[in-house]
Amino acid sequence: MYRYDNYDQALVDERVAQFRDQVARWKAGELSDDELRPLRLQNGLYIQRHAPMFRIAVPYGMLASRQLRCLAELGRKYDRGYGHFTTRHNMQFNWPKLEDVPEMLADLARVEMHAIQTSGNCIRNITTDQFAGVAADEILDPRPLCEIMRQWSTFHPEFAFLPRKFKIAVNGAREDRALTWFHDIGLHIVKTDDGLVGFRVIVGGGLGRTPIRGQIVREFLPWQDILSYCEAIIRVYNRYGRRDNAYKARIKILVQSLGVTEFARQVEEEWEHLKGGPATITQAEYERVTAFFGAPAYETLPVIDEAFVQQQADSVPFARWVERNVRPHRVPGYASVTLSLKKPGTAPGDITSDQMDAAAALADDYSFGELRVTHEQNLVLADVEQRRLFALWQEAKAAGFATPNIGLLTDMIVCPGGDFCDLANARSIPVANAVQARFDDLDYLWDIGDIDLNFSGCMNSCGHHHVGNIGILGVDKANEEWYQITIGGEQGNDARLGKVIGPSFAAADVPDVIEKIVRFYIAQRTDDERFIDTFHRLGTDPFKVAVYGDKARLKAA
Amino acid sequence: MTQIIKNRQAVADEYSIIKLAEGDTPEAVALPAGAVLVPLSVWTTRKTELLARGTRVGVWLDAGEGPEALAADLDQLPVIGVNFPKFVDGRGYTTARLLRERHGYHGEIRAIGDVLQDQLFLMARCGFDAFALKEGKDIAKAVNAFETFKTPYQAAVDQPNPLFRRRAA
Repeated sequence: MYRYDNYDQALVDERVAQFRDQVARWKAGELSDDELRPLRLQNGLYIQRHAPMFRIAVPYGMLASRQLRCLAELGRKYDRGYGHFTTRHNMQFNWPKLEDVPEMLADLARVEMHAIQTSGNCIRNITTDQFAGVAADEILDPRPLCEIMRQWSTFHPEFAFLPRKFKIAVNGAREDRALTWFHDIGLHIVKTDDGLVGFRVIVGGGLGRTPIRGQIVREFLPWQDILSYCEAIIRVYNRYGRRDNAYKARIKILVQSLGVTEFARQVEEEWEHLKGGPATITQAEYERVTAFFGAPAYETLPVIDEAFVQQQADSVPFARWVERNVRPHRVPGYASVTLSLKKPGTAPGDITSDQMDAAAALADDYSFGELRVTHEQNLVLADVEQRRLFALWQEAKAAGFATPNIGLLTDMIVCPGGDFCDLANARSIPVANAVQARFDDLDYLWDIGDIDLNFSGCMNSCGHHHVGNIGILGVDKANEEWYQITIGGEQGNDARLGKVIGPSFAAADVPDVIEKIVRFYIAQRTDDERFIDTFHRLGTDPFKVAVYGDKARLKAA
Repeated sequence: MTQIIKNRQAVADEYSIIKLAEGDTPEAVALPAGAVLVPLSVWTTRKTELLARGTRVGVWLDAGEGPEALAADLDQLPVIGVNFPKFVDGRGYTTARLLRERHGYHGEIRAIGDVLQDQLFLMARCGFDAFALKEGKDIAKAVNAFETFKTPYQAAVDQPNPLFRRRAA
């Protein structure tokens, strides 16, 4: 993975010094709370329900074992011995002291990490596919271009105070695993028939209060032009995006109000001035950065390891784990492993400092010392030899990472919710745990099969509920916590928004409701039809009847 | 006379900044003797009168006002102000870059309004060379902000080549 040179290191060190000085001036009364606010946000620091919340960037999800050990140490030293992985390749700590954050940033800088632009109205951490570089369906490894874009976006002088936050996702494979249709800019790496590589550029997607699928602004942009084209897009947004109402300030609202054709015209007009300029990426820079993402020293191995096959035959639990948590690799004899952070009864995406150390050790022993953070809040060891999977499984079990539930109902995306977050309308973790407890029978869970259940504690949608096959949204009604259910949402190439099925429910009823939906699906499905396919075949109404009974039937009629 | 930062130093400012108060109109607002920095609306309605005064005249653009409005007048303006109604309103950064990079403006670009130490580094990169700090802020401390980062990544007004083009060399 990428390593800092003196320039990169100087910038993060200077950032630490800058923030240290800002906190000192704030303490001395020279900076007001309002003046400090955007400065601390651009270093990932929120003032939260119980304490500040501190968000650290894991750029495009790549994490070295020594970096994860640093996070473990930060958790012990400054927090309560655990951290939380978010849906955008970040780690959050929920209990640090504001005064300690400059020291935490200094610790991070020592392992080439930072919290730059993890919050605030600026260009945020760029996200991508957790299987980048190893996926069989990959067109081009997106990580070198992500790193080049990370550098370009870091302290961008023109775009530090945009109307609202700005999120970019890049996908380099045929299947979209980066939720690109729901980002401010979503980029698909594409290859033309002539072999030219570039991007399909999607703008104006987003979840939140006004969920909108992004629209294509350009079908093909040569990869060399991505920085200048992004500058054109963001410049148009910076000038004309709304600033009078924070709820209408995202670029999606501008794209909607202008219409995508007019928006694209303005971007192209702006780009005419920038095209071919100094921001055009050089072949030399692309090669310099790409060299950091070369293939590790793979061994020459048979496509199928016989012992591995036998181990699956001998152990049903191992075979189940392989089926759910292990993915084929493009190199013969290797596999990618997802370490589940969704053990029922724990907060989804949470990881203790001891677990971080354990995961770092697994990475060192089995996967060239590297991990990836997924937007589904799990960890990935991308390069594991098949013949060592059984040993890895045993160690992962001991560390609490081997729940065989990847892609199943209990592998939920869940935001921290009302237990931690100031914005939340409702708690998410206890309700998610109650749903997990309802589906604790592994055979039943397996029989249900692939299903995305996503859960947000408020309409800011950090838990991506809109794109869950089943979505749960916490809402506030007269100071009480209620939960609205959507179904039919989807991520991937056909990403789409779910539909609300009806009036919301009390927390205690949520597991029953989810079970009714699931039972109805099982009764209706044909052969190995997935939940989402049954939904597409039947539509929303029968599910409404399954949940609300005759009331819904009368309405539907 | 108030002080501003110009070329990274505190200097006395000769301009009176004209703002339209409640009830003022561009046509009628009183202009003091000497150098003035007037709102765009005053410039567009009283250009001839302003130029005939024989003293220095600059124009300031508010956050929603683009540099295109002054494109034909740049040679007549020694100073263009860019107002930050709130420091979190970042439109002025684009305005300054466009004035320098697209319209080739070489005069003074002055940040006015809610201008704070922690934004000076970014503003300077976008082409601002003068800063009227918000009242009550310490100019002597603020001038240190220009050194915050020694070698930033991107191309901007202060450095037309991004780091990757220089790194490779």
